[in-house]
Amino acid sequence: MSREDVLVTADWAEKNLGTEGIVFLEVDEDTTAYDGGHLPGAVKINWTTELQDAVRRDIPTQEQFGALLSAKGVKNDDLVVLYGGNNNWFAAYAYWEFKLYGHENVKLLDGGRKKWELDGRTLTTEVTDRTPTSYSAKPADNSIRALRDEVVAAIDTKNLVDVRSPDEFSGKILAPAHLPQEQSQRPGHIPSAINIPWSKAANEDGTFKSDEELTALYGEAGFDAGKSTIAYCRIGERSSHTWFVLRELLGHGDVKNYDGSWTEYGSLIGVPIELGAR
Amino acid sequence: MCGAPDQTVELPAGTDLTKETVLAGRVVADGQPVGGAFVRLLDATGEFTAEVVSSASGDFRFFAAPGTWTVRALSRSGNGESVLSPESPGLHRTEITVA
Repeated sequence: MSREDVLVTADWAEKNLGTEGIVFLEVDEDTTAYDGGHLPGAVKINWTTELQDAVRRDIPTQEQFGALLSAKGVKNDDLVVLYGGNNNWFAAYAYWEFKLYGHENVKLLDGGRKKWELDGRTLTTEVTDRTPTSYSAKPADNSIRALRDEVVAAIDTKNLVDVRSPDEFSGKILAPAHLPQEQSQRPGHIPSAINIPWSKAANEDGTFKSDEELTALYGEAGFDAGKSTIAYCRIGERSSHTWFVLRELLGHGDVKNYDGSWTEYGSLIGVPIELGAR
Repeated sequence: MCGAPDQTVELPAGTDLTKETVLAGRVVADGQPVGGAFVRLLDATGEFTAEVVSSASGDFRFFAAPGTWTVRALSRSGNGESVLSPESPGLHRTEITVA
């Protein structure tokens, strides 16, 4: 796995807008960002309504995912380029779902919306209409998804990488600081977890740091390259960013994203919780 | 929910300023508001905590906690930052000049 297999640069993207067989999809934390301007030809995915089930707390089913991509006009053999705001948080989450449902040819736009905007590249408000397709999603590949029992079993055994901010890790706050702190579950972190905030993997312009910098970052924080790994955050999007770094950029083999993350773990009855910094 | 709220001057309904420590402000360049700036909240150690995009009127806000925070803005008009040290919950305002 090399960077070129999983990332495209803004220059590459600009040259390939409108190319047959390449679909640009925008996924933002702020679901209105697309409407104010997006890459010409890009289609919007709303993570709140399209990348999770509308009723149960879960990712879409295989059928729902297939229906979504059909409606967006994506073919099974298209190259999908995902990008979004906030350093690709939700684009990385979408990337993880694409891989989970077997879409191999998917990449992230390095730097996402932020680098594109700071570079002053073209944005349009013209909404793209693609002809619907009959996309068929593969069965979920659960080798990249961790569920709660597996997470509890991983305490003191696997690398548990908590990618939230230090204040969320220690239990001082319950949610990222741009959101109201309304949750009622218990603060803290999973015992034995190491805290490597996802943001340390990104440069200020939203691009990923070099492989050398990333290897040093995780190594210094106590990441054991010989062990399996589970990454988590609050709802599983920031940890998708770190999952992408560990598995797709650095090539570690057994890396899972725990999408239940702290909103699930911190609400479970009877599981161990650790407070304070490490 | 995790959807980034609109960055407006008005606080979301139900915000309890006796419990929430809200850091709010405006990004300006040459006295004019700068919309679309990337505003990041850094904790006392300089660690990234959150990032929002300023509204058309240059406004942004964070829900933080008492302590020392740096608010740093990146924009096509330039970069700038401001330090806030709220000692208690409530609304704490600042202005960031980018150049």
